[in-house]
Amino acid sequence: MTTTTETAPTAATVRAPERIQYINPVTSIYEDADGFTVEAEMPGVAREGVSVAVHDGELVFTGSKAPRASGTRVYGESARADYRRVFDLDPAVEADKITARLDQGVLVLRLPKAQGRKPRHIVVTD
Amino acid sequence: MTYIRFKPENADLSPALQPGDLLRNLIDLQFPIFPEGNPGTSKWSPALDVYDDKDSFVVTLEAPGLKKDDFTISWHDDALHVAAERKEEKAGNERTCLRRERYFGRFSRTVSLPADVESGKIAAAYKDGVLTITLPKAEQAKPRQIEVSVN
Repeated sequence: MTTTTETAPTAATVRAPERIQYINPVTSIYEDADGFTVEAEMPGVAREGVSVAVHDGELVFTGSKAPRASGTRVYGESARADYRRVFDLDPAVEADKITARLDQGVLVLRLPKAQGRKPRHIVVTD
Repeated sequence: MTYIRFKPENADLSPALQPGDLLRNLIDLQFPIFPEGNPGTSKWSPALDVYDDKDSFVVTLEAPGLKKDDFTISWHDDALHVAAERKEEKAGNERTCLRRERYFGRFSRTVSLPADVESGKIAAAYKDGVLTITLPKAEQAKPRQIEVSVN
């Protein structure tokens, strides 16, 4: 009979991944015949801080805030965490045609629907 | 330091209100916790921060999606007043709203600062949806280093 000894991973060998805190950006979504428009409020985020990705049918967008002002904060209401939000993508959306722009802290995503997935009107013939 | 949360008197119901808010508003109306207005209600109140830099105060306000001309910034009664209105864009084509979280309408914030400021030198900038107002401290309010000579 053989016994194998397993050394349990100690705290020194396994380091817990650093916890990043995110907040949900306030988001509105509109749909029209040609696609969807997503508007997410991310004040304090510059263009370099935005990332938009499509992965496994999910739309993921994050925004990291640039440092705001020098000096000590004597009163604060704003969250100091970065923004991140995930939405399930409608299967009709053409993922490689998604466009994004940033307008004064509002991330505007345009998600066009694939041509074949748009509603088609079929004429009834005899 | 006193900070006043301003609430307009004729606060009307906005289209952004959800049915649940309506009931909550009715209850809040009967049992006001803060007589001058509940801070947490769905009225738009952009997050405001105050920074104390050596020679000035910096007030930042998270108000995305506006234009720089939309802001009304004034200094009177020893307090800084900021107001703006955000209008919903009327899209040309027919579109349905699937999720509405963004608030459109007016906000007004008032903040007083813990020391005198030079009201003539207040400057403001709007970038990435954040309004930054710099208020230089008055000469007598600036920190001073006094050299003491020891004999």
